[in-house]
Amino acid sequence: MSQTAVETTVSGICAALDGGEGPLLPILQAVQAEFGHIPQQALPVIAAALNLSRAEVQGVVSFYHDFREVPAGRHVVRICRAEACQAMGATATAAAAQARLDVDWHGTSANGAVTLEPVYCLGLCACAPAVMVDGRAIARVDAERMTHILTECGA
Amino acid sequence: MKVYVPRDAAARALGADAVVAAILREAAARGIAVELVRNGSRGMVWLEPLVEVQTAAGRTGFGPMTVADVAGLFGDIATHPKALGLVAELPWMKRQTRLTFARVGVTDPLSLAEYEAQGGLAGLRRALGMTGAQIVAEVTESGLRGRGGAGFPTGVKWATVLGAQAAQKYIVCNADEGDSGTFADRMLMEGDPICLIEGMVIAGLAVGATRGYVYLRSEYPDAIATLTEAVRIARAAGVLGAQVLGHGPAFDIEIRVGAGAYVCGEETSLLNSLEGKRGVVRAKPPLPALEGFMGKPTVVNNVISLATVPVILARGAAFYRDFGLGRSRGTIPLQIAGNVQFGGLFEAAFGLSLGEIVNDIAGGTATGRPVKAVQVGGPLGAYFVPAQFDTPFGYEEFDGAGGLIGHAGIVVFDDSTDMLGMARFAMEFCAVESCGKCTPCRIGAVRGVETIDRIRAGEAGAIALLTDLCETMRDGSLCALGGFTPYPVMSALTHFPEEFGTRQEAAE
Ligand SMILES: Cc1cc2nc3c(=O)[nH]c(=O)nc-3n(C[C@H](O)[C@H](O)[C@H](O)COP(=O)(O)O)c2cc1C
Ligand code: SF4
Ligand code: FES
Repeated sequence: MSQTAVETTVSGICAALDGGEGPLLPILQAVQAEFGHIPQQALPVIAAALNLSRAEVQGVVSFYHDFREVPAGRHVVRICRAEACQAMGATATAAAAQARLDVDWHGTSANGAVTLEPVYCLGLCACAPAVMVDGRAIARVDAERMTHILTECGA
Repeated sequence: MKVYVPRDAAARALGADAVVAAILREAAARGIAVELVRNGSRGMVWLEPLVEVQTAAGRTGFGPMTVADVAGLFGDIATHPKALGLVAELPWMKRQTRLTFARVGVTDPLSLAEYEAQGGLAGLRRALGMTGAQIVAEVTESGLRGRGGAGFPTGVKWATVLGAQAAQKYIVCNADEGDSGTFADRMLMEGDPICLIEGMVIAGLAVGATRGYVYLRSEYPDAIATLTEAVRIARAAGVLGAQVLGHGPAFDIEIRVGAGAYVCGEETSLLNSLEGKRGVVRAKPPLPALEGFMGKPTVVNNVISLATVPVILARGAAFYRDFGLGRSRGTIPLQIAGNVQFGGLFEAAFGLSLGEIVNDIAGGTATGRPVKAVQVGGPLGAYFVPAQFDTPFGYEEFDGAGGLIGHAGIVVFDDSTDMLGMARFAMEFCAVESCGKCTPCRIGAVRGVETIDRIRAGEAGAIALLTDLCETMRDGSLCALGGFTPYPVMSALTHFPEEFGTRQEAAE
């Protein structure tokens, strides 16, 4: 997308959401939903709309784990690393995923198919280990099932 | 034929949607009309997807269901291999005292008519005839304490906001539910979202607030969708809007989605986040009750605290207060998770012993191995060992035993668990999630990971260092993230010193 097209889209998002109290997070979420990440060109547009400095907007983007500054792979796989999942073998699930993708946390497989993210609890702690694939939760994912899921994602 | 298949995220993660598709396919093939309800979960997660079929005797359960089990639902259901009998008669259900979760799993979460038929809106109707001070007094007398972790008396907090003078006040619902091993907020929002809405409206009437926000974590897409729809329904029916139920003052709710920061569950960090800022913790005072969202008086309460208010108003403070133990009044939705045979949500009066919960209700470990440790209260909660299993579930009782109940998550580990690894994880988590405001937390947690690695490498002298570090974090942190991370670390060290100290000798 061209720079002006990004700016036009982001301006539109800002105009639609600027009415509320403390609109920056909803705006950033809408921008990320649109582009898959927060493009650098979006920052000055948002800053101008909300009367903030570009650095302030950047500071907010960098604070939150959900916001990405570069695009992710075609699929985002999030594996719960928290305690209840560990009690049921999540460490092995994560190790299998890292080995299969040949990446560490936050990495994207060389073919661009999968970005691997840690998550700390999905609220599925009674059917652990839990993972989320592109927003869809899957329970009781052991190492073998993880590998199968990644294959389905084209990794 | 009336069939219930939960819409709950756990049920869906275990295949409920495929079971629904199979039921509809099978019914169409047989020319049978099916009335399908996507209810919440009953909380018996080991039986999910738990399908219920309405029979003359009551709702009969089948679970855990697979697609292959579906055809059998259309035959002689008494001999179905997954038949469980009447769901309401199952021991797990019968042993509970379901006050906050009375409708969860029972009703269609998005039917306002069913909500009312099952006791909903009675609390709000009563509250509409009371003064703010009377509502606050009722909640205070019920003994309700915050279920988000700190256990602060809800009525006392409300009284502060009621007493504050301001043109605008707010009700903020903390639905960040970041604690690992917890899912009560999620289940309530997915299974009975109107109950949370009713609780927030009552809170608004009590303190004179007209605007409510729900700060809901992004990890819960199903809860976001269900609550959003419930707010729309409540607005359309006049439960929310310019005049609550046609004659009350105004109250409306907006849902805001979090952005993946654990610390934003801390109330002042949450308020900064709602305002569109970095989720850095604010120093107190000022209390959020006096200077909260946008600097205005604000009630910040957990989902379960707010969703418990309707039953208190409907049935009276004394009814609720009569359950419980010591200063822990009423009921608590226990969330039983990790390595257990029977995991899920179990609402009971305070006072069950930890051993009763782990061995009896949860049925011990899923792996069949002995229980080694139980972490209670999320990632900042202490590890308990079987020798402490007589500890009764209550705020003061757990505090006295060197722990906390937090949001009432109970995570069970078997004897294969590496406790040094769990201590290391606690420090790592603190380092990842620290808001960065204070040095003992920001730097201390990173040092903690390094120090535990040195202990792992056999440097027994590093144990004293770890103990010192924990003391510094406990005494020098602004909030409980840095301040309570020492709980899991030190409890692991105290109960399992051999896993921290004997490696050197073993290696020599
Ligand atoms: C690091 C940290 C995380 C917290 N996370 C949550 C949370 O996810 N949900 C919650 O209700 N309270 C959480 N709390 C507690 C809140 O600060 C606050 O006490 C609570 O929202 C007040 O509501 P209550 O009185 O109804 O419990 C957290 C506290 C800390 C220090
Ligand atoms: S203890 Fe940690 S999370 Fe809490 S305020 Fe200090 S730096 Fe932030
Ligand atoms: S600990 Fe993994 S889903 Fe809760």
